[in-house]
Amino acid sequence: MAQAVAIDGRQDFITTKGRQISRLKCDDDSIAGAVSQRACVYCGARVVLNPITDAIHLVHGPIGCASYTWDIRGSLTSGEDLYRNSFSTDLKERDIIFGGEKKLAAAIDELVAKYSPKLVFIYSTCIVGVIGDDLEAVAKAAANRHGIEVIPVQSSGFAGNKAAGYRAACDALFRLTAPATPAEAALVGKDRSINYLGDFNLAGEAWIIRDYLAQVGVDINAVFTGDSSYGELKKATRARLNIIQCAGSMVYLAGRMEEAYGIPYMHVSFLGLADTADSLRRIAAALGGGSLSERAEELIARETAKVQPVIDGYRAKLAGKKAAVYVGGGFKAISLIKQFRELGVEVVMVGTQTGRKEEYETIDSLVADGTVILDDANPSELEKFMTEQGADLLVGGVKERPLAYKLGRAFIDHNHDRKHPLSGYAGAVNFAAEVYTTLCSPVWRHAKMGGDLDG
Amino acid sequence: MADLKVAKSVSENPCHMCMPIGGILPLKGVEGAMVLIHGSQGCSTYMRRTMAEHFNEPVDVGSSALNEKGTVYGGGENLKQALDNIRKVYDPRLIGILTTCLAETIGEDIERLAAEYLAERGLADLVIVPVSTPGYGGSQADGYYLALRRIVAALAQPTPRHDKINIIAANVSPADIRELKRLLAAMDIEYTLLPDFADTLDRPYSDHYTKMAPGGTPLDAIRAMPGAAATIEMGVTVPPALSPGQLLADEYGVALHRLPIPIGVAATDLFLRTLREITGRKVPAGVLAERGRLLDAMIDSHKHNFAGRSVIFGEPEMVYAVTRTCLENGVWPTVVAAGGAGGEAVSLFKDVLAASPEPSYFLSETDFAEIRFRSAAAGANIAIGPSDGRYLTEKEGIPLVRLGFPILDRMGGQRILSVGYTGTANLLDRITNTLLDAKHHTYRTRIYDEFYKGRRLNLAPAQAR
Repeated sequence: MAQAVAIDGRQDFITTKGRQISRLKCDDDSIAGAVSQRACVYCGARVVLNPITDAIHLVHGPIGCASYTWDIRGSLTSGEDLYRNSFSTDLKERDIIFGGEKKLAAAIDELVAKYSPKLVFIYSTCIVGVIGDDLEAVAKAAANRHGIEVIPVQSSGFAGNKAAGYRAACDALFRLTAPATPAEAALVGKDRSINYLGDFNLAGEAWIIRDYLAQVGVDINAVFTGDSSYGELKKATRARLNIIQCAGSMVYLAGRMEEAYGIPYMHVSFLGLADTADSLRRIAAALGGGSLSERAEELIARETAKVQPVIDGYRAKLAGKKAAVYVGGGFKAISLIKQFRELGVEVVMVGTQTGRKEEYETIDSLVADGTVILDDANPSELEKFMTEQGADLLVGGVKERPLAYKLGRAFIDHNHDRKHPLSGYAGAVNFAAEVYTTLCSPVWRHAKMGGDLDG
Repeated sequence: MADLKVAKSVSENPCHMCMPIGGILPLKGVEGAMVLIHGSQGCSTYMRRTMAEHFNEPVDVGSSALNEKGTVYGGGENLKQALDNIRKVYDPRLIGILTTCLAETIGEDIERLAAEYLAERGLADLVIVPVSTPGYGGSQADGYYLALRRIVAALAQPTPRHDKINIIAANVSPADIRELKRLLAAMDIEYTLLPDFADTLDRPYSDHYTKMAPGGTPLDAIRAMPGAAATIEMGVTVPPALSPGQLLADEYGVALHRLPIPIGVAATDLFLRTLREITGRKVPAGVLAERGRLLDAMIDSHKHNFAGRSVIFGEPEMVYAVTRTCLENGVWPTVVAAGGAGGEAVSLFKDVLAASPEPSYFLSETDFAEIRFRSAAAGANIAIGPSDGRYLTEKEGIPLVRLGFPILDRMGGQRILSVGYTGTANLLDRITNTLLDAKHHTYRTRIYDEFYKGRRLNLAPAQAR
């Protein structure tokens, strides 16, 4: 099993707390042949922008890129559902040779004629980056032709890792939200409401948070990008504060908005009871405290009273179990460590696909000595460390699930196609219930090849 | 039958995937084989995700993780480093290299790079099979057969005649592969089945996990394919240039029988009859009893099935087999969409559909927007194909019988059994029961709306009697 770390260059991406003093390497490109669990730049951009419900999301590239990403996110909509389609220019060999710009322009024309959208995103893919189609020019011409916004997303797959795709998406969002007129510019930061960044409304999570904040007395102006619309996003700069849930995907945009418009931002997390309460308190305080803080306390007390006994019930059944975490972003990993603590489950391995340096520092400060921390892991390493660390359970996405099951370990889906919310108090109960469901299933008792028949 | 081909610049909800994912499948059915995708990291990850969800199995596929530098200056170093790392971790006996759009567009010569690599590292025992699978070059079905052909081309050696027969399987399920093996064993036939992912993509749970799944077609068996008595290839829609059976026929003179996937009475008959003719073995009574049970099932359900008007979509070979099965049972096809089928395959479909008493559309290059439009216009009431067809259910209320690859929204894609008489009965039950479900859910309202028209029935109230 020692071969898991034998891949040259992978050693620096793995540390064990308390045993090594070297700093973990992260935000670097994946090593060739390492069977990384990561996707590409296009993927990063697509997952961030896709929840914008009334936009046309047009993939400029070969069919596969659109095919693998058609409606795979559990982002819900309260209105239009144009975003659930996957549009592609379906580039063929002749387009690669002669260029795909004409086809792209024609595709936009056809889609505008059919759907009359206000907004079109054009996603660049690997080959578009190589053949050098001028997306900017095509977008500009189409925008003029149709009197709508057409925004290119520079997401050529090879130009970095998934995190570069997040930045490409943020660039597109920054462009979309920029005040277009002096009148709009005058309204920057003037609204009392806040923007909620980095929630993609998976299984209605943004709706849960919107409801909590409404009870506290805080209005959400725009969500980036869960269940958002063109109209909402165009008013985004009017908000007085940005709160960020998924930092990996959105801290860059928040930074740009602060720089350009002076809109401050703060990190929040609505995963688990402690983080949810803490976030509600900090938001209320940031907006002036007083009656907001009072209502936040009331909400926290009310909801905690409701769910704490349920969580405690699960905690009693889960005591002493060990968990491994391998998720997309650092913020999620941090919240999960705390959330597992609420359940009496110890985290013995933590890794992410796109965690940032600061996030790994936080992770390091949270976990016990002996915990393995790793960036951009592969199946071989996941297998090695889950086994060595004695993890009873793995948190991950679709690709990790069958691996955990093959190793006879429980598994929690924290991926983007899930159908149940994990945010807020309702989500904390769902999470605890799922941990219980998988760890305490009777199947593990029977999972022995041959049973007593092979002796 | 009306033919329809609408020139469009945009694909609206794709009906197929790209070549490399098709190439992964046969490589996963070869013993000790590992796959490496030459391109940017996302390709392998998306394909792994799709396959993990369909098979509910870990599917490890390497990537050369091409970045900007590799894209500008050539990806040779990345590819060689990837090969080194794959060998370190998986210790494979064969590595398939599949290219992507990116690698093809920047002009990577994987044949040369593979040869260089083997020479530089002094590797005599490792087999590398480079397959050119540009994502813009065809569908997953093309990738599937091309990878198979390249595997055979790389391994096949002049071999003295022997009694085994070669069976080249289409992209069917692991359960189907197991059923084919059961039928071959029942007839006491020696064979080389390629690919064989019965175990590799549907592994039993066991006390020990190994990175390389046990099972798959042995390399030596593939090497000896040129000595076989004949080849049966499930690939009537496959262009000869992509056909492994054609290669064995052209280069080694192995008689080739191109047959449809044995789904349906006629196709299964043909498969077994061909086996009998090649080997002289009899079809055993047990298998004939299965045929009898299928006929019994067809008769039991024929009236229900006659109410079915089907939309069939997916990989051409599977669509062809299912279309024939629908025609055998009166589930008349209204829309038949075989993404990527071209050339001779088109006339093959047209010939088969000409036998239908009802009109049908054949779509060779299409998307779900068009399939939806055609299906609604034709009054289709049942869809048969992979999971993406759920869109037709959601948008048009057409229920979906899940079949083929990939099944992403249900458990057990790897266990869907459709080949042979038993598998066909299985498939037919799924079709009939889906039609019955739809009927039972709607007939009360439908008939009420049609005939009741607000009148009170002239029945004496119970209490007045």
